[in-house]
Amino acid sequence: MQWFKSAVDWLCNPPILFTLIFIVFFLAYLWKKLTWLWTPRACVVIFLAGGLFVAYGLTDPNFRAIVTKPDNVPIVGMLFLTGFFSWLSMYLGTRNDARIGKNLPPEEKLESEIKILVWPDLVYTEFLCMILWSVLLIIWSIYLKAPIEEPANPAKTPNPSKAPWYFLGLQEMLVYYDPWIAGVLLPGLIIVGLMALPYIDPNKKGNGYYTFAERKWEILTFQFGYLVLWVMMIITGTFFRGPNQNFFGPFERWDVHKVVPLSNINLSEVFWVKMLNLGLPGNWLVREGLGIILVLAYFTVIPMFLGRTLFKRFFEKMGMVRFQILMFLLLCMVSLPIKMYLRWLFNMHYVVAIPEYFFNI
Amino acid sequence: MADAPRKSLFTQFRESQIWNSIFRHGPPDNTRNRSLAVLTNVFLHLHPVKVRKSGLRLKYTWCAGGTTFFLFLVETVTGLLLMFYYRPTAEYAFSDILDLRAQVPLGIMREIHRWGAHAMVIAVWLHMLRVFMTGSYKPPREFNWNIGVLLLVLTLLLSFTGYLLPWDQLAMWAVTVGSNMARATPFLGNEGPGAALLKVGDISLVTAGDDARFALLAGRFVGAAALLRFYVLHCVGIPLVAAVLMAVHFWRVRKDGGISGPL
Repeated sequence: MQWFKSAVDWLCNPPILFTLIFIVFFLAYLWKKLTWLWTPRACVVIFLAGGLFVAYGLTDPNFRAIVTKPDNVPIVGMLFLTGFFSWLSMYLGTRNDARIGKNLPPEEKLESEIKILVWPDLVYTEFLCMILWSVLLIIWSIYLKAPIEEPANPAKTPNPSKAPWYFLGLQEMLVYYDPWIAGVLLPGLIIVGLMALPYIDPNKKGNGYYTFAERKWEILTFQFGYLVLWVMMIITGTFFRGPNQNFFGPFERWDVHKVVPLSNINLSEVFWVKMLNLGLPGNWLVREGLGIILVLAYFTVIPMFLGRTLFKRFFEKMGMVRFQILMFLLLCMVSLPIKMYLRWLFNMHYVVAIPEYFFNI
Repeated sequence: MADAPRKSLFTQFRESQIWNSIFRHGPPDNTRNRSLAVLTNVFLHLHPVKVRKSGLRLKYTWCAGGTTFFLFLVETVTGLLLMFYYRPTAEYAFSDILDLRAQVPLGIMREIHRWGAHAMVIAVWLHMLRVFMTGSYKPPREFNWNIGVLLLVLTLLLSFTGYLLPWDQLAMWAVTVGSNMARATPFLGNEGPGAALLKVGDISLVTAGDDARFALLAGRFVGAAALLRFYVLHCVGIPLVAAVLMAVHFWRVRKDGGISGPL
């Protein structure tokens, strides 16, 4: 089974992993031939496969060491839960879509006019839910001890040092972005973007029931951000980042001495040194001019272009301000995969590098 | 007297003055009393008397929001118990945590608290996913979605501040890595873009001794002052804000038309 482990290790390398995930994500949601994914049978097959994989993985000491770390156990749970509930919402959504296609109301509509007394029906459900959660927490707490390591020691930095697991997506972004973007700007924009969502979503349909066909755009955007960028970045940051933040496959031993050559290069170096064969100009504005223009163009030209072509419909429906805000948020989100590929394909470090002012993009 | 059926002990208790002084309605076996059971109870009256049948379905709500709230209560209760034993000082914090397991009878309180916290983070994400996938953030619920986003952020902050309290290597360095980000805040962090521009003559206004990270940690590194600060925020500050926002959140669920459903 060594070939299998090596293959999995190879597949989990971020460039390959994320390329695969991007492809699978869009195919699963958009390719008509894959709609069977949203059936109970597909769900059972996928989860059996996932469960078997984890069960098999646990026989491997390296895999076991990282997955059974007390704080990592809930992340495995989260991965399965997120997967299941993403599937469930699509299963219910596609079922409703089929009904709507036949001019029938969504399933929820059949019962939404019927009013049920809270006592006993809702109170009963809540009570059951509380009991189940209590039992689960107690069993979980008896069998899995909360982690405690050596006493805090400011003089001894562990390798790797990791943020709490729910911030590991942000920490993973540090690989591609400077701290002010990965740790401040993008988290801030995630919050702002989520809060702005109800105000910049021009689609009035699909309010109060599961559907996919009526809200393709919104669901694709949200799930791309949530499933692909947020959850998968956490998984990568938790399970595939070892000492020195190097990549390690799930079956690979965390070797402190693993050496990964750093050959990252800034855009200004590519432009001035490699292409023009000149030295780097002393003035940072001249030096980084190309990068600054590219970034500005990214945020201005693309919205203008899309507003007149592909997104013309949105632009007319939303008006200038909403459209610009939507585009800015979208472009910020998409900048992450762009930056990832720039790194993987061209070893690009910074598009704009002004270390004089801690301003690197 | 022999033909009168004997009342059960429970029925007798139910007819007693004590019971009737607490529950001012008859047994909930008819619509009126079932309504009163909700209306006359300060906890249950967070609910309306009646809800949409579609909104009652587990497959619709996943009970994710309710689970989040329940876990918040679990965290409150277990957290309160932990506070009896735990002293937030660099001297005692770590050994108090060890004692929680070794000395306290049935010492799984910290486990319940920690796993409950992880579960709460996951539950609140799933709740967001559910609300998104049912389009429930759309009018008239835009504002409540915003409150929900704030509550999600507070949940993460609660978890983050709590992460430091065991005062072991895991805690200290996770918070060091997390709070290092604050150093890069534009203009407010000493390694953030623009901070170098803020100076009077040769004197920098934003330094490691007064920037955003310093405000967060009450020091230049994660030390005793940070431990106390995180403790207070974790046990009092953030839960208070979260409780207020939760009150608004639940109230708005009702005011915006109850659990969402097709119009």
